This record gives sequence, C-alpha cells and structure tokens, in this order.
Amino acid sequence: MEEMTQNDYCPGTSSEQAGKSASCEGCPNQQLCASGATKAPDPAIAEIGEKLSVVKHKILVLSGKGGVGKSTFSAHLAHCLASDGTKEVALLDVDICGPSIPRIMGLEGEQVHQSGSGWSPVYVDDNLAVMSIGFLLSSPDDAVIWRGPKKNGMIKQFLRDVDWGELDYLVIDTPPGTSDEHLSIVQYLSSTNVDGAVIITTPQEVSLQDVRKEIRFCQKVKLPIIGVVENMSGFMCPKCKNTSQIFPPTSGGAEKMCADLNLPLLGKVPLDPRIGRSCDEGKSFLNEVPDSPAAEAYRRIVQSELSFSAHFL
Amino acid sequence: MEQNNDGSLALVRHVVLVLSGKGGVGKSTITTELALALRHVGKKVGILDVDLCGPSIPRMLSVGRPEVHQCDSGWVPVYTDAQKSLALMSIGFLMEDPDEAVVWRGPKKTALIGQFVSDVAWGELDVLLVDTPPGTSDEHLAVLESLKKHKVDGAVLVTTPQAVSTGDVRREITFCKKTGVRILGIVENMSGFVCPHCSECSNIFSKGGGEELAKLTGSVFLGSVPLDPLLSASLEEGKDFTTSFPDSATFGAISSISQSLLKSLESD
Ligand SMILES: Nc1ncnc2c1ncn2[C@@H]1O[C@H](COP(=O)(O)OP(=O)(O)OP(=O)(O)O)[C@@H](O)[C@H]1O
Ligand SMILES: Nc1ncnc2c1ncn2[C@@H]1O[C@H](COP(=O)(O)OP(=O)(O)OP(=O)(O)O)[C@@H](O)[C@H]1O
Ligand code: SF4
Ligand code: SF4
Ligand SMILES: [Mg+2]
Ligand SMILES: [Mg+2]
Repeated sequence: MEEMTQNDYCPGTSSEQAGKSASCEGCPNQQLCASGATKAPDPAIAEIGEKLSVVKHKILVLSGKGGVGKSTFSAHLAHCLASDGTKEVALLDVDICGPSIPRIMGLEGEQVHQSGSGWSPVYVDDNLAVMSIGFLLSSPDDAVIWRGPKKNGMIKQFLRDVDWGELDYLVIDTPPGTSDEHLSIVQYLSSTNVDGAVIITTPQEVSLQDVRKEIRFCQKVKLPIIGVVENMSGFMCPKCKNTSQIFPPTSGGAEKMCADLNLPLLGKVPLDPRIGRSCDEGKSFLNEVPDSPAAEAYRRIVQSELSFSAHFL
Repeated sequence: MEQNNDGSLALVRHVVLVLSGKGGVGKSTITTELALALRHVGKKVGILDVDLCGPSIPRMLSVGRPEVHQCDSGWVPVYTDAQKSLALMSIGFLMEDPDEAVVWRGPKKTALIGQFVSDVAWGELDVLLVDTPPGTSDEHLAVLESLKKHKVDGAVLVTTPQAVSTGDVRREITFCKKTGVRILGIVENMSGFVCPHCSECSNIFSKGGGEELAKLTGSVFLGSVPLDPLLSASLEEGKDFTTSFPDSATFGAISSISQSLLKSLESD
C-alpha cells in the first residue's frame, strides 16, 4: 500500500503507460494492459466524435461529493436552456447506479424506444430530450450492480447509439467521485469539443475537500472548468424570512476555494425546501416558484455559463 | 501491541455496513455518530472508511492525517482516544496529498480494497462500522467479498426523506438481497428541521419518506435524525456531538438508533 503516491492513478488502458506505470503495480488488469491488447484506440471514440459533431455545446456537471445537487442543477440547466424555444437541448444521465434524472424530469416509468437510427431519447418538450439508464430498467426495485467495465460499455452506448439529432446543448449529469464513469466520459468525448465542466459543491469543508480532488481530476484529464456553483448556500425560511447556515462555510466556502484555485464562482443557490419538492414531483422549480431567490440564482448562473460557452464555437 | 495472528477480524464481534444508493444522504455522518454513541455506552468500536474518492471520516473525527504504522498483523488503526475505545482506519490516511484525486478504475479499486480490508489489525472490537461510497458498484462488491470471508452481520441503509433518495435506496435494498446481506434497518436522515430561531415549524423540509420506504419494503425502521445545524457544525469541527449536546433531540434520536441497532446485533 505504500505505493499510493501522488501520481498514483490509472494511466488509462489505451495509454502508452498502460500496465507499465508505477500505479499499475498490483492492478489485476496489469498483464492484459502490458500486453498491448488494450492499447488499440477504441474505434467508438472516432464514431462518437462523428456522431456528436452536430452538437454545438457539451457541458459536464461534476462534483467529488455526493448529494450536493449535481442532478438538480443539471436538470435546471437543461430546463433553463430549453426555455429558449429556438434551441435544441438534451440531458444525459451517466449515473449508472443511482440515476435521478428520470424522477427530477418527471419521466419515471418511461422507456426508451428503438428507432432505425438507434435508441430514441425521451422527450420532455419538443426541444428537450433526456436519456438515462432509468429508462432501461423494468421496475423501481431494479438494482444496477455493475462493475466498471460494464458501466463504461453503457456510457459508450449512450453517446454512440442514441439518436440525439442536431443539438445546441448536451448537458451531462455524472455520479459523485472520480471513477470509471468520469474517466470514460472524458475518454469517449476526447475526439469532440467539450465546453467544459461546471463543478457543484456545498459550503462545508466536508464537501470542499472532495471537490478539490475533482478539480485536480479535471486538470489531470485537461477538462476545462467553466466555474463552480455553491449549492445549499444558506437558508432563508420562506415563512419568517429568518436566515440560518445549515451547512456552514467553516473554511470560507466555495468563495475562498475559488479564490485559492483561481476559478470563477458562477453563483450561489440557497437551500430552499421547495427545490426538493419540485424535484420529487418532477417539475421545474423555475416554473413552480419563478420569483424566488433560488430561481433567480439559477438563471444568473446559467447566464454566466452561456457567456462562457459563447466563446466556445 | 500484542496480537494473535488468526486474522484481523477474528476478535471483532459484529460487522455492520453503512450503505446508501444515494450520495450525500449522511452515510459518513451516521457512521460517525453511531460510533460515538456506541462508545458512549461503553462499547469498543471501529470504523473502516472505504470511500476512496471522498473519505470524510478523518475530518468528522478530527484526526487529520496521522501516519499509519504497521505491526506484525497489519496496519494499526488510529485511535481517537487514550482508552483506545474508538479505532479508525481510512483509505484517506494512505494518500500523500489530500487534494489529489484518486482516479482509478474498478479493477484497481477492487484490488486495493481487498488488501486494505484484510490488512487492518483491529484487535478486539464490539462493533466495526464500515462507511461506504454511494452506489452499488466495485467498492461495494469488493468490500463484501473480503468481509464475507469473516462475516457481516448486515447493513444499515441511510436515506433522506426525498423521493429522489428513497428511489435509489430501493435499488440498494435489491443489491442487499442479491448479495445476501441482511438489512438491519433503515435510518431516515435530514428528516425535518431543527430551526435555531424558533420551534414554530419543523416541517419546512420533508419528513417521513424513509419510514414509508421501510413499510413498503418490509424493512425495520431504525429511526430518524433531523436536519440540525448544530450537527453539521459539530461535524465540520470534528467535535463529539454526543458530549457537546447531550440534551438535544438530535442526540436522543442518534442514541435511540444505536440502541436498536445494538439490540438487533445482540439478539442473534
Ligand atoms: N438548493 C437546494 N435546496 C433544497 N434542496 C436541494 C437543493 N439542491 C438540491 N436539493 C435536493 O437535495 C437532494 C440531492 O440533490 P441531487 O440529487 O441533485 O444531488 P446529486 O449531487 O445529484 O446527488 P448524487 O451524488 O447522489 O448524484 C435532492 O433531494 C434535491 O432535491
Ligand atoms: N442530520 C444532519 N443535520 C445537519 N447536517 C447533516 C446531517 N446529516 C448530514 N449532514 C451534513 O451533510 C453533509 C453530507 O453528509 P455526509 O458526508 O455524511 O454524507 P454521505 O452520504 O457520507 O456523502 P457521500 O455520498 O459523499 O459519501 C455533511 O456536510 C454533513 O455534515
Ligand atoms: S487498468 Fe490497471 S494495469 Fe491497466 S493501465 Fe489502469 S492501472 Fe494500469
Ligand atoms: S418559521 Fe420555521 S423556519 Fe422560520 S424561524 Fe420559525 S421555525 Fe425557523
Ligand atoms: Mg445525481
Ligand atoms: Mg461519505
């Protein structure tokens, strides 16, 4: 276990170092990787590049920490982008073990259909398409007990075999952490242009300590960071207007982290119990309570995101 | 440390996994608080933190990043007190730089967890709590494989009241059934709100989803812990909530959950 050093990460099964780097020591895949059998670039990467060349903007939503609101943010980003009826928007959920997007988008129980050109996504609106493994499960009790390689296969299919059509925006919601799903999505998108990642955190150090790792991950795989969103930032009681810090920013919150790491802070979204309720009911909070401070915050964040992406074509 | 050599878990009476399909519902929080509450009633407790990408327990117990040492029978856990009544081993202790991302694919995680789980010299413990990352994937399968050689009493499932969370935990129940892990019970965390200003309304945040899930799936309901700003603050600072706020409703809730858990462990 002493070999867990700074550079200790899987160099990627198709990289030059596959099976040979110090970090491959002890990996059960080492023999296979060292043999070179895994080095041939996956032909899917080129196919995906081809397929997604008609998608103008690709935005990943990431966080090292669980439950900070990645899926909630992804969903509202998609809703907000699609509120411009001239834009084609799609939301892809690559959280294979804990897909939340079907519920948040009000699509529980929907199934994907096979069409001539692949899987058809499920449409919330004419210009808002959604894809999630949730649409492939037959019951709410189904567990997806898959190890890495199988999850990777699914993500590949989502990118290559879904009939996305021409899109202005593809928003991708990810599971927490820096693992197979994250490595795969970055790898599979490597032959396309990705605008970058929006990083979600909550104000406490317990979250920030994981989010800093996610930022390192982005730097390692050369994924640009669009900016950071601080979610669940302070709570104002809708009844009495008292405010309290439920998740206290003991180490300075996202603000200090962004200053330290020289990253843009896109904005702060307060805790609002009505967000949780809208998610459970599968409705857009932006339509439910449009004049709340939280809805205002979401819209401002999406504006900053858009001005970032505008430079991107 | 004098140790016998018949396996690192040989003197551990009960092994309990803390699981949730959903992220951020308070697995690490519940693990930490249960450990403190069990110690409070005189038990010897251990925590094994196998969350590779986001180990939280070292901060929650305020142990920082101690050096870990090896003895004949493996890695020596870190003790949080002089009486050695709370032992901790976290995968976070082995990282050189705390901000570094652990970017590993499944096979590598599986290999490391296998080694890690069987290499800690726990000594004698009443209960070993295992904090896991969210999901139902490599880490979970690896931990189960390695622990099952010894034994696993079962799992405590943590959820929040929201349907977004109970939906994921429903899938986790299937995971437990498929892998043959007994469900010791469900804990509903962040259930209602202890407002620091007044106590007029506590149902601003939702409540009851975990209890409903327990009914729906025929699982034991162990109890609920409210969303309490004092608890999140105390975790941030790595304080022992059970001694800082022994009169709070939140402490009462945690302590009653730990009692039910203990009863269920000792009844078989
Ligand atoms: N600003 C907010 N105010 C109140 N509740 C919120 C807010 N943001 C998110 N939530 C709620 O918090 C819970 C967690 O959010 P969400 O599922 O989006 O997190 P996540 O980061 O995607 O989690 P996971 O790591 O499991 O994928 C959900 O019940 C959601 O409705
Ligand atoms: N009952 C509670 N009251 C107030 N804050 C809480 C409560 N339970 C958890 N928290 C806070 O919520 C955050 C998430 O909790 P925690 O880290 O324990 O979740 P987790 O399920 O272990 O997350 P992950 O999936 O990332 O491992 C922490 O900052 C914690 O302090
Ligand atoms: S899978 Fe294992 S052996 Fe292959 S490159 Fe990654 S760490 Fe090295
Ligand atoms: S009305 Fe409710 S949320 Fe507002 S201060 Fe009173 S108890 Fe707290
Ligand atoms: Mg999510
Ligand atoms: Mg945790």
